[in-house]
Amino acid sequence: AEASAARLAELETRLAELESKAGNTVAGGEPVAAHEGAFGLGRPALPEEIAAWDVDVLPDGRGLPEGSGDVSTGEEVFAEKCAACHGDFAEGVDNWPVLAGGFGTLADEDPVKTVGSYWPYLTTVWDYVHRSMPFGEAGTLSADETYAIVAYILYSNDLVDDEFELNQDNLATFEMPNRDGFVIDDRPQREYAEWRTEPCMENCKDSVEITKRATFLDVTPDHGGDSVMNSADTSETPTFTAANATAEEVASADAADAGDAELIAAGKKVFKKCSACHQVGDGAKNKTGPHLNGLIGRTIGSVDGFGYSSVFKQANEEGRIWDQAALDAFLAKPKAYMTGTKMSFAGLKKEQDRAALNAYLATFGE
Amino acid sequence: EADPLITELQDWASYTGAGVDETPYGLPIRFESDVVRRNVEWLTASPISSINFTPIHALDGTITPQGCAFERHHSGAIELSKQDYRLMINGLVDRPLVFTYDDLERFPRENHVYFCECAANTGMEWAGAQLNGVQFTHGMIHNMEYAGVPLRVLLQEAGLDAAGDLSDKWVYVEGADASSNGRSIPMEKALDDVLVAFKANGEALRMEHGYPVRLVVPGWEGNMWVKWLRRIEVTDAAVESREETSKYTDVYADGTARKWTWVMDAKSVITSPSPQMPIRHGKGPLVISGLAWSGHGRITRVDVSKDGGITWETARLGKQLDTKALTRFYLDTEWDGSPMLLQSRAMDETGYVQPTKDQLREKRGENSVYHNNCIQTWYVNAEGIAENVEVS
Repeated sequence: AEASAARLAELETRLAELESKAGNTVAGGEPVAAHEGAFGLGRPALPEEIAAWDVDVLPDGRGLPEGSGDVSTGEEVFAEKCAACHGDFAEGVDNWPVLAGGFGTLADEDPVKTVGSYWPYLTTVWDYVHRSMPFGEAGTLSADETYAIVAYILYSNDLVDDEFELNQDNLATFEMPNRDGFVIDDRPQREYAEWRTEPCMENCKDSVEITKRATFLDVTPDHGGDSVMNSADTSETPTFTAANATAEEVASADAADAGDAELIAAGKKVFKKCSACHQVGDGAKNKTGPHLNGLIGRTIGSVDGFGYSSVFKQANEEGRIWDQAALDAFLAKPKAYMTGTKMSFAGLKKEQDRAALNAYLATFGE
Repeated sequence: EADPLITELQDWASYTGAGVDETPYGLPIRFESDVVRRNVEWLTASPISSINFTPIHALDGTITPQGCAFERHHSGAIELSKQDYRLMINGLVDRPLVFTYDDLERFPRENHVYFCECAANTGMEWAGAQLNGVQFTHGMIHNMEYAGVPLRVLLQEAGLDAAGDLSDKWVYVEGADASSNGRSIPMEKALDDVLVAFKANGEALRMEHGYPVRLVVPGWEGNMWVKWLRRIEVTDAAVESREETSKYTDVYADGTARKWTWVMDAKSVITSPSPQMPIRHGKGPLVISGLAWSGHGRITRVDVSKDGGITWETARLGKQLDTKALTRFYLDTEWDGSPMLLQSRAMDETGYVQPTKDQLREKRGENSVYHNNCIQTWYVNAEGIAENVEVS
C-alpha cells in the first residue's frame, strides 16, 4: 500500500508537469485555448452524445434507466430474442452459455457457472444484456425489454416467482446468491512470497515419470501436428482457407457483370447481420442456423443434421423451394412468413438490402 | 555425389524474377503458407466470438507479425474507418471531450514493445496435457512495437481535478464493436504505462487488432486491451462488467473465486523443439529456443531442463527490447539422440520463479481457467518427435 501511494504521488507530479508545460493559462488562471486542456485538442462532448454512449451500470444501480418488466413478458421476449442460443429455459444450446442452474456446483470438479450460480451483481446482467445482446443485434433492446429478460433469467434460476416484476428500484438491491463469492487478487500473499526464491539447479528430484500425455486425449485440430518444417512444396496442400475463400469469391464476382459485383459486395456487408448464426462458403457448417451453401433452389428445411422448427419441417414436406421470391419475403419479416421459426432475426426492412443479400447468397453453390 | 541444385543451372538463376510492382503490399512467400493463425473449433460456439492462435512454433526473435498475431473477438472484428472514429472521455473529468483520429495524432506520442497475452492462454491445459502443439497451448500471445499516446496525457487533457483523490478512482474503457467488451482499470495503472495506440510494428493496426485505435495495457491480461476503443470514463468504482465478473475470474477448489487478476505472471515455453517442430536432423548440434515474458517487468533468467526438472542449465537471453515484452532464449547444445523431457523456467526482475503445474494446482485447485503460467514439458523421443506431456 505504501509503495502504491508513493507511485501515485509520483504520477500526480508527472501530471502537474504536463499541465504546467502546456502553459496555456494566463495570470489568474483564465483559459486562453478553446478549453483548458494542456493541448486544447478535441471538442466538448455534448450531453446527448454522452447520454448515447454512457450506458454502463454500476453495481449500486447508478446508470439504470427508468423502466420495468415482469417474468411473463420476459418469457415471451426471451423466447423470441434469446432462446435460439440460450434455450427456452436458459439451459444453453450447443456451446452457447448456460444461464440457469448450477447452484452448489462451484466447488465441484466442473463448476456450472451461470447467472444464478456465479454472477455476483444483477446490474452486470442488465448492463450486458442491454448493451451487448442479442448476439448479432446488440443495442436493439429497450429498457423495458431488458428488465423483462433479466426478470425471466432470475425466474429460470428459481430466484423469483412468476409474478415478479423487475424495475430500476429493486434491481440494484437484488442480492445475488454468489455476491460474496469473490476475493480480490491474492496472488501476492498466497503465491508470490513462496515463489520468489532461488530455484534448484541440480538433483532437484529423484526421478521423473510421464503422468499424462496429450496423445491420450488427442483433441488437437488438424494441421496442428503436421505442419512440416522445411516442406517447400506446399502446392499440393492448399489447406488454409482465408486465401482460398477470397479466390472463390473473386472468381464468382468476375463471372457476374459489374453491376452484380456491386450488389454482391453490398450483400456481403448485409450478411454480417446473419453471420452470428449462419455460415456460408467453403467449409460452411450448421451453427445456430443451417449453412447457406446452395440455398437458392434448395428445398426448404432440407439441410442434413439441422434441427428445424415444425413450420420448416412442414414446408419441407410440401416440397417448397427457396427461390429468390420466397427468400425475399422471408427476409422481409421472418416471423410473419414462417410463423414459429426459431430464427430470432427481426428482418431486413430495406428492399435493396434483401436484394443484395439474395445476390450474395446466390454466389454460393452446394 | 554432386548436388544438382549446385551443379545445374536453375531457373531462378537464369530467368528473371518478380517486378517491383507485383505486390505493393506483400504476403509471405508461398513456401511459408502453413505459418498461419489456427482456430480450435470445439472451443467456442461460433468463430465470431472466439480466439485463434499465433504460430509461435514457426517464429523467431520476439516481434509478432500482425498478419499472424492471435485474434480474440467477442462479436467479430469490425471495419471502422479513421473518418468514422470518435473517442469520448467522460465521467469524473473537468471537461468531457470527444477526439477524432486526427486529434490523437497531434498529442505527444511514444513507442514501446509489449506482449499481449490472453488470460486464457494455456487454459485448456489445467486438467491435463490436451493439445499437441505450442501454437495451441501457448499461442494466445503476441508481441508488437506500438506507437500511441499515453492514456495519462488524454486524461490530463480532460482534467482530473473533478475526480478528487485519485487513489480510489477507476477508468472504465469500452470498444465500438457490438460486444463493447468494457473493463475497469484502476487509475494508478491508467496513469502509469497504458497507451492509446494506433500503430503496431510500424504500420496501422490491422482490423482484427482494433483498427484504428486500441488500448495497450502493458503486462496485464489481453481482455483489457480494448479494441476499437471508443470511450474512456473516469468512475469512483469498478463497473463489475461481464468481462470482470462472470469471465476472467478463477474458481478455487472451495468454490470461491478470485477476481481483478490483471497481471500476467512470469512464464516461458520452448517453441522448438516442440510437437509442431520435431528434431529432423538427428544427433549433433541442436538449438533449443523459446520465449519468456512477465507482466511484472523484465525477464532476468531462463533455465532449461532436458530431464524433466532434475537438472537445469541457464539459457542465453536474446536482445531485450523493452520491459513487459517477450524475451527470446536459446540453449545451444548437443543432442546425443536419447529421449528428453524438455522444460523451461523463467525468472523476472521481482525474483518470481515460474511455477510447476503441480505448484499452481496446489494453490488454486483444478477449476481455474485463466492465468495458467506453469512450466511446460515436451517429451522428445529418440526419433526427435515431440509430444505434450505432464511429468511427476
